[in-house]
Amino acid sequence: MTAMVKAEGVHKSYGAAHILKGIDLEVAPREVFCLVGPSGSGKSTFLRCINHLEQINAGRLSVDGRLVGYREKGDKLYELKDSEVAAHRRDIGMVFQRFNLFPHMTALENVMEAPVQVKGEAKAVARARAERLLDRVGLADKAGNYPSQLSGGQQQRVAIARALAMEPKLMLFDEPTSALDPELVGDVLDVMRGLAEDGMTMIVVTHEMGFAREVGDALVFMDDGVVVEAGNPRDVLTNPQHDRTKAFLSKVL
Amino acid sequence: MTDKFDKAPAEEPPEDSPVAKGAATTAVTAPPEQIKAIPVRHWGRWVSGVIVVALLGTLVYAFAQGNVRWDTVGDFIFDDRILGGMGRTLLISVLSMAIGLVLGVVFAVMRLSKNPVTGAVAWLYIWFFRGTPVFVQLLLWFNLGLVFEYVNLGPVYKDEMVDVMTPFMVALLGLGLNEGAYMAEIVRAGIQSVDEGQTEAAHALGMNNSKTMRRVVLPQAMRVIVPPTGNEFINLLKTSSLVAVVSYVDLTRAAQNIGSTSFAVMELLLVASVWYLVLTSIFSVGQFYLERRYARGSLRTLPPTPWQKVKANMLSLTSPRGV
Ligand SMILES: Nc1ncnc2c1ncn2[C@@H]1O[C@H](COP(=O)(O)OP(=O)(O)OP(=O)(O)O)[C@@H](O)[C@H]1O
Ligand SMILES: [Mg+2]
Repeated sequence: MTAMVKAEGVHKSYGAAHILKGIDLEVAPREVFCLVGPSGSGKSTFLRCINHLEQINAGRLSVDGRLVGYREKGDKLYELKDSEVAAHRRDIGMVFQRFNLFPHMTALENVMEAPVQVKGEAKAVARARAERLLDRVGLADKAGNYPSQLSGGQQQRVAIARALAMEPKLMLFDEPTSALDPELVGDVLDVMRGLAEDGMTMIVVTHEMGFAREVGDALVFMDDGVVVEAGNPRDVLTNPQHDRTKAFLSKVL
Repeated sequence: MTDKFDKAPAEEPPEDSPVAKGAATTAVTAPPEQIKAIPVRHWGRWVSGVIVVALLGTLVYAFAQGNVRWDTVGDFIFDDRILGGMGRTLLISVLSMAIGLVLGVVFAVMRLSKNPVTGAVAWLYIWFFRGTPVFVQLLLWFNLGLVFEYVNLGPVYKDEMVDVMTPFMVALLGLGLNEGAYMAEIVRAGIQSVDEGQTEAAHALGMNNSKTMRRVVLPQAMRVIVPPTGNEFINLLKTSSLVAVVSYVDLTRAAQNIGSTSFAVMELLLVASVWYLVLTSIFSVGQFYLERRYARGSLRTLPPTPWQKVKANMLSLTSPRGV
């Protein structure tokens, strides 16, 4: 079985700032893979590398057996064209900390946009799926609302529906609940739990240790651009081996 | 005047009297007592209103007494030549604005592109057309025949410059290219006002660059682009009077032509002013509704229409609390 995501010695720098310093990890299909670590450790950067919003400087990164951002021919790497990169991204859904819904479109239009514009799907088909997805995230009655007329939790659930509309095989979540009021976090986590039960492969950057312990299949603790500790979430969270993990967990738990 | 702010004389008994206690327990369902305050008198508004009206009256009186033949103004206001001139003013303004908009978007995108060559070309265009007076630019186009005798596009097209550069073409190129430079800066500011997260979200959904620009960035940039564009258009309507210099017979030129032959220069200029005011007023209203449309999604409630505002203002002169 090929890994859904495979990283081997991934490095990323911004100019002189070395952010990712050799990340090795593997995410199996249908796995819920949690990424935790202190602020600035490079979690978002790594997530953004996976769908090529950022380009890696060294190492190999592949999604579902395909290299991210490059084509390999013989022993040479060729950069992909913009259109090819865009095509790869269709299979990867991403949910952002600050939702990033399109404010000039209603919730329904947000969800319909990519299937119609990217896949050239018929509007009626896209609309039917969008309605089904909004219903699934519990927002069937908000389909006509603009994002500014939705609460943060509702916006994030629309954002999840929007990503699902492309029927991705991998979902990336970058702290999906950390911009939300505490009482709104539960609704979003419930939707994610449902996705996990349906067998979606998910990489989740989160500070919600409860979610990681309950839903996660694997957990990686990152610090300063390296993987410090990896394993089963329940083991790592209850019995961390490294001092840095212990120090971090003592602060967030 | 502070006494005027006082509440109406309190008639309820002191807090701790038995009656008050009884009232407090029943007050759970009773509606709260409405404040009955004596309204603030807006003396300042009345005084300034009177002064302004008096000044205005003086001005009107002066013109009424002056040597202006008002009946002549009336005679020429619907003159065919005036209406024709107005039509051409409108035509040249709308077409120039259309050219300006297209060029503006193209050059704004070029300036923001990663390609240094397109970026430099856009910069050069904006630098030249914004940095020289539109009057000079019109004259440049007008006199192009002095330096190029022919327009020669190889096998496709060849003609004498003087035949190509009709007054209409000169006016259109002069105003349109000038407007494009200003619009490019407005569009650029609009594009840059859109949050980067929007582009990222669109890319993450698999949209390519041009789809992202057309479907996600530009519609949001419109909110920032529309208000100054409305101003630009109204400016353009008036700046278009400069095309008289390249012998395009617009509203101003038509008024001048009639004025100088019928010895009613001032009267015809007033006629022109009336029509400019009519045009700018109509487009100001249009601009307002356009802005309202592009505010969609960014505001929870839309701003009031002019009519709603007028009503609110009328009320504020007389009502206790001005809005
Ligand atoms: N475009 C950029 N240019 C320069 N430095 C950047 C850029 N993006 C991120 N960084 C730096 O990379 C480091 C890692 O950032 P990243 O966003 O990946 O951290 P994170 O682990 O997601 O933190 P947080 O929990 O706060 O979101 C930070 O020090 C940040 O300043
Ligand atoms: Mg982050």
